[in-house]
Amino acid sequence: MEKFEKLQGIAAPMPLVNIDTDMIIPKVFLKSIARTGFGKNLFDEMRYNRDGTEIEDFVLNKPQYRDAEILIAGDNFGCGSSREHAPWAIADFGIKCVVSTSFADIFFNNCFKNGILPIVLPQEQVDILMADAEKGANARMTVDLEAQEITTSDGETIAFEVDAFKKHCLLEGLDDIGLTMEKKASIDAFEAKASAARPWV
Amino acid sequence: MTAPKTLYDKIWDAHVAHEAEDGTCLLYIDRHLVHEVTSPQAFEGLRMAGRKVHAPDKTIAVPDHNVPTTAGREDPAQMTEESRIQVAALDKNAKEFGVHYYPVSDVRQGIVHIVGPEQGWTLPGMTVVCGDSHTATHGAFGALAHGIGTSEVEHVLATQTLIQKKSKNMKVEITGKLKPGVTAKDITLAVIGETGTGGGTGYVIEYCGEAIRDLSMEGRMTVCNMAIEGGARAGLIAPDETTFEYVKGRPHAPKGAQFEQALEYWKTLFTDEGAHFDKVVTLKGEEIEPVVTWGTSPEDVLPISGVVPSPSDFEGGKVDAAARSIDYMGLTPGQKLTDIEIDTVFIGSCTNGRIEDLRAVAEVVKGKKIKDGMRAMIVPGSGLVRAQAEEEGLAEIFEDAGFEWRLAGCSMCLAMNPDQLSENERCASTSNRNFEGRQGYKGRTHLVSPAMAAAAALTGKLTDVRDLI
Repeated sequence: MEKFEKLQGIAAPMPLVNIDTDMIIPKVFLKSIARTGFGKNLFDEMRYNRDGTEIEDFVLNKPQYRDAEILIAGDNFGCGSSREHAPWAIADFGIKCVVSTSFADIFFNNCFKNGILPIVLPQEQVDILMADAEKGANARMTVDLEAQEITTSDGETIAFEVDAFKKHCLLEGLDDIGLTMEKKASIDAFEAKASAARPWV
Repeated sequence: MTAPKTLYDKIWDAHVAHEAEDGTCLLYIDRHLVHEVTSPQAFEGLRMAGRKVHAPDKTIAVPDHNVPTTAGREDPAQMTEESRIQVAALDKNAKEFGVHYYPVSDVRQGIVHIVGPEQGWTLPGMTVVCGDSHTATHGAFGALAHGIGTSEVEHVLATQTLIQKKSKNMKVEITGKLKPGVTAKDITLAVIGETGTGGGTGYVIEYCGEAIRDLSMEGRMTVCNMAIEGGARAGLIAPDETTFEYVKGRPHAPKGAQFEQALEYWKTLFTDEGAHFDKVVTLKGEEIEPVVTWGTSPEDVLPISGVVPSPSDFEGGKVDAAARSIDYMGLTPGQKLTDIEIDTVFIGSCTNGRIEDLRAVAEVVKGKKIKDGMRAMIVPGSGLVRAQAEEEGLAEIFEDAGFEWRLAGCSMCLAMNPDQLSENERCASTSNRNFEGRQGYKGRTHLVSPAMAAAAALTGKLTDVRDLI
């Protein structure tokens, strides 16, 4: 996984609440057996007409947001299915950070596995960032994971919380499986103990 | 004396293989269910890293999301090229990595969350995961069961563990008795209507109370299945005699002395008196009516006696969302729900594709005909559910009434196979999600119980099933 570097980029506003994983990547695009190439279909049904032409009003089709790297979103972002194709599509589009008042649990975890930083903030602070994002391409925000701070285009800083282990993995671009395999002795010991206690499992 | 624990606390504690100082745990996984859509990239990851499946004996694979449900589906021409590749990849991966496998040709094939319990893979006190959010279903057995992403699928395949932090405890109590015509589906939708789709975020829900105790295992699976729609990581129900009776004799359940040993352990799986819940929601069973969804979020729930709301009935971000939903669904505020005309009825899915669901449908439609021009399909959750329905004479009732009687799979719940809604086609569906485009581009979904879906099939409108029974 790529390391999460300090990010300075355009933020796109998506104030709609309950943006679900079917909106993020409709199921017709889940048939690939690869992890890449989903970006062009990110938000497909909101982004394109049936004939494949772009829907002008959609935020990521507007010239000022086409290169967005940050998404400021409404509450309960990523609800619905467990499809990791959703964060794959987001990452493939080039978005590295999503800010909302809350995220669905599975989506939230999936983000970290794909170098995306999901940030949870209170409504008032999301409102500030939403307003900043609505200014367009000249308004570039900075997301500093190391310092756990977002800086708006006006220089206002907003601190955020992030799990220490997840932060470490993002900053270093660490592979979870490799880390877990270092604890093989603990897993083996647990298995021996559990199979004695619950042999039917 | 140790502090009183919830059921979730107990299962969690019994599965922590390693705990770091910051509380990050390696949670040991007892059962890993795998399907064709969220696993190919995980198996490919293993292959590229030269890794094996850590516990193939605890790993069960079955194709379900993509498979056609029409007769003659062994013919690859029935699938799109891409679907065929995914199913073929699962075939290959299951064989190469040596995991348990139920191919399309096996009568035991079906929706992964129906096959697991049916075959006795899911047992009380276990940890169960699958690359599918409706893994919550297995919580009905008093198992800790939840969906994971593909990276986590790979992690479980390689290590049989998940990196997790513990969730908070939430209690959802349904007191009293349900009224006739009210089912497990109405309970679970009513709960989501109460909590909202984000209300369970960060929690594991334990469902309890008389109305839950009175449910069959099928009903309990329906309730837990939609815990994810309330945002919870998992939903579970303490095992009891109903559970033990269901489990006993299943192919992969323990037998003889080992069953007795297991039973002794399973009987310890309940929430201790005085255990702490971080959030409590209580609904009165007798106040729950048959419900339907009007919008494009599972929280958009109303009793069938209600009317389509107006965006101004809501607050905050929900105002715009409701306006968008009403527009998408082609409805008018104030319109009676029972005036909404239905084009299609879909009965099936991991929410409502079990034998009891089919019996409920048969009870409503027996000796009757579906509305002229109605497209109505029944997709059993597994080949064995299908066989049982045929044995009980239900299939005949369905076909006589005018339903299509299909082979097992996920089908129109997520419409990855050829079963899809067309633009503006309106469906009463026993599935779990009414999201925009979920059942087909611009398709309109109303979530209902099997009995309510059956009623809609007969009348051609959303209908209070109690008027028909």
